[in-house]
Order: sequence, then structure tokens, then C-alpha cells
Amino acid sequence: MAEVTLSKDEILRYSRHLIMPEVGMDGQLKLKKARVLLVGAGGLGAPLGMYLAAAGIGKIGLVDFDVVDFTNLQRQIIHGTSDVGKRKIESAFEKMADINPYVELVGHETALSSDNAMEIFKDYDIIVDGTDNFPTRYLVNDACVLLKKPNVYGSIFRFEGQATVFASEGGPCYRCLYPEPPPPGLVPSCAEGGVLGILPGVIGLIQATETVKLILGIGSPLVGRLMLYDALNMKFRELKLRKNPECPVCGDHPTVTKLIDYVQFCGVPHQEGPAEAVAASGDIEPKEVKARLDRGDKFQFIDVREPHEFQICRIPGTTLIPLGELPKRVGELNPDVELIAHCKSGVRSGKAVDFLKQAGFKNARNMKGGILAWSDKVDPSVPKY
Amino acid sequence: MARILIPTPLRQFANKQDTVEVTGKTVGEALTDLTAKFPDLKKNLYNDEGKLRSFVNVYLNDEDIRYMNKEASPVADSDTISIVPSIAGGSAQADGRCAR
Repeated sequence: MAEVTLSKDEILRYSRHLIMPEVGMDGQLKLKKARVLLVGAGGLGAPLGMYLAAAGIGKIGLVDFDVVDFTNLQRQIIHGTSDVGKRKIESAFEKMADINPYVELVGHETALSSDNAMEIFKDYDIIVDGTDNFPTRYLVNDACVLLKKPNVYGSIFRFEGQATVFASEGGPCYRCLYPEPPPPGLVPSCAEGGVLGILPGVIGLIQATETVKLILGIGSPLVGRLMLYDALNMKFRELKLRKNPECPVCGDHPTVTKLIDYVQFCGVPHQEGPAEAVAASGDIEPKEVKARLDRGDKFQFIDVREPHEFQICRIPGTTLIPLGELPKRVGELNPDVELIAHCKSGVRSGKAVDFLKQAGFKNARNMKGGILAWSDKVDPSVPKY
Repeated sequence: MARILIPTPLRQFANKQDTVEVTGKTVGEALTDLTAKFPDLKKNLYNDEGKLRSFVNVYLNDEDIRYMNKEASPVADSDTISIVPSIAGGSAQADGRCAR
């Protein structure tokens, strides 16, 4: 590699780094030589991409295949309103190139998989995990362990975040912390989840800080420590993470020596879609429900979403019984009269119908696609969320 | 009485509380007291064989009980027990499925 130097313009740009002895010219050149891969251009990837570009990282890769939509804008500040509909990589790179044109930006517009992860990762020094699902998290972890690259981890849920640095030499990996993912269904779905828009900013910037510290080799890295952040109570807590000698991937006798099928490992059905996941006999199309309402057919129409969702939008004529309250309130319903249940997308109402059928409601049916499909197919004035 | 910190995803099963005071001389007894108060938590913490689920980590103060005496680890009144489940979110968004 040719000798890396800073131009006169770059020296001016990085002056507030250069005058700190902990960074200085040596440190700034380390940043310029560094190659960092961001997995995901979402909530965590947005502040990461902007600050790491500003800091003068020489090469930043980004793995993402998504397109910007309106629901992203509440937290993914690298994208703006005029970017809706654009590829996230394109939108993110426009912002990053504007912040710092001296950064080399490399897009990997693909779904990260066992087939391409090693090939993509090998050209980078540090991998930063900003994904949102268990299969990709285990994939990123295992690939980092196999390639001996640090994995700067962050994850978020509602008002809480976690961050740490995995698979750094000698330190624990994600599987030391969690050997197995939760089975699908036991963890509250994203529908019941949501996230405070500011939260990924805090966690993403902890990841960005750790990335820069690893490159500069200063301070004490977040290795072997799990940082927990609670935004509601404004508390940071730190837990000890230990390397598990029995870890299947980084332990003394590893059983995972190459990448596996992570979708299967996490028990997620391939190509799962919200509606398809529960497509079963007894589903009813929103248009048919509308036709029945117009005809004046007699049936019980229940909405199993949460009260705060009911406040956002509702279908006239429905009774709100949140899924969690259904067992207690089933007495309010008549098992002999036909019943149609709906939720946001059809997953929770599918569970409600399963429960009701076991409780003797033979004529319980699930409205396919939920209120989102109702908005698409019946009444576009109903807002989507 | 020791206290148990309930993480956000499990608060819906604990009457929305973030902290619960429990009695018990060991972590196991404290968790038993917790699930007696909130039976809905049981299936989220334990598998069918009655073992703690592998994606739920329990900490006594800042130490993982897997590296102590597990559920037999002794608990003092001043101790804090944390339940730390795995969360995957990077930008929770879609319904039923986590799209980026």
C-alpha cells in the first residue's frame, strides 16, 4: 500500500483531532487507513455512517438492500424526506460523501448470507452490527469469529439498548452471551415493539465510539462488558461478559467451524411474510368483510390490537379486545355467532382465532392482512402505521 | 428483600413493573418468588423441563450466574438480580417480521 498522508485540506478538516495528543497525526492516519463495514443502514447505521465518515475513516462499506420509506424517518437521520423511495445505500452515501468527500464508500447491495459474508468481510478490519434480526446477528458473529475480526454490537428495543464489542482477541463472542436465539413467537414481535426514535442514536454512537477507539488503540474497549442503556430512567449499567470455554464457535472445542444456515438455526420459516405466516383455512379477505358489513350480516367483529394502536386508526363497528386480555374477556363473546378478528397485519389475530377455536368458537375467522390490508383494499382513508 | 429488574420485553407479563421486590436466599428462590407473583412470566423464563431458557441470562449484580453457582447462588437483601434477554432490533419497524 502506498504511504498514506493527509492533504492540506484534510489537515484543516481534522484539526480538532490533530491537536489532541491521543489522536494526533498518527491517530488520524490510522483512521484514514482503517476499513470499517457497517451491516445495515437503519436506525443504528444512520448515526454510525455519518459520524464515522466525519471522523475520517478511510474506507466505509455498507451492506443494505432496502429502500427508504416514511416510517424510517422518525429515527434514521441519514435519510431525509426527499430520499423516500431511494435505495438506502444511495441515500446514505449521498449524505456521507457530503459530510466527508475524502472517505471511500463501498456499497454491498445484497442480503448478507452464509454464501457472501466471508467474501464481503475479508476486506474490512472491523465489522459493526446494526442489523435487526437474529439470523443476521448470529451470521455476523460467526463470520467475525472465523475471520478473527472485532464485531461492534448494538441492539435496541423500545427504550432500551445493549452494546458491546464481541470477538475481539481473547474476548467473548455473541454466542458466549446467548448460545441460542429465542424461538420465534416467544419474543414480542416488532408490532408490539416499536422504538424511541432517539434511542438508536445513543446506541449507534456508543458503537461508533468503540470503533474509533479500536482503530486508535486508546482507552479501554467495551470488550467483556455489556453496556445496558435505559432511556426512560436514564441509566447506564454494565454487566460482565465472560468467554465461554464451551462456546460452540469460539470455545476450546468449537463445533461450528464454518458458516451454517442461520435462518434455519433461528427457526424462522424461509421467506416469512406477515400474512403468509398465518395463512390458514378460515382466513377472510378484507373486501369480503366489507361486503358483509354493507349487507348487514350479523357477526362479531373484534380488534385484538393494543389500545394505543386503536387510537391511531380503527375500523368502524369493531370491539377492542387486546390479544393479551382475550382469555379473561372471552365471556363477552358468543361462541355461537360468527366472529371475525383483525389486528395490524394478521399475525396477532391469527393467534386470537387459534385461541378462540380451542375455546369452542367454531366460526372464528381471521381477517387477512389486518388493518393494513383494509387500508390498501377497502378504505384508503385509514392511515397505515 | 432483593430486587429483580424486569427488562422491557417482559414487563407486559409483570404488571408493567420494571422492578420487583422478591424474597429468597438464592437466585433460584428469588425467581420462584417472582414467577409466583407473576405466573405469566414462567413460560418466558423457563422451558418445559423447568430450566432457565438459554436466551435469557440472569445476573446477580454485574455477574452472570452461569459463572457463579447458577440458580443456587446466594442472594443478600442488598443485591440486584437482572434478567437480560436477547434483543435483535436495529430499527424495529414492520409488523410480525423485522424488516430493516
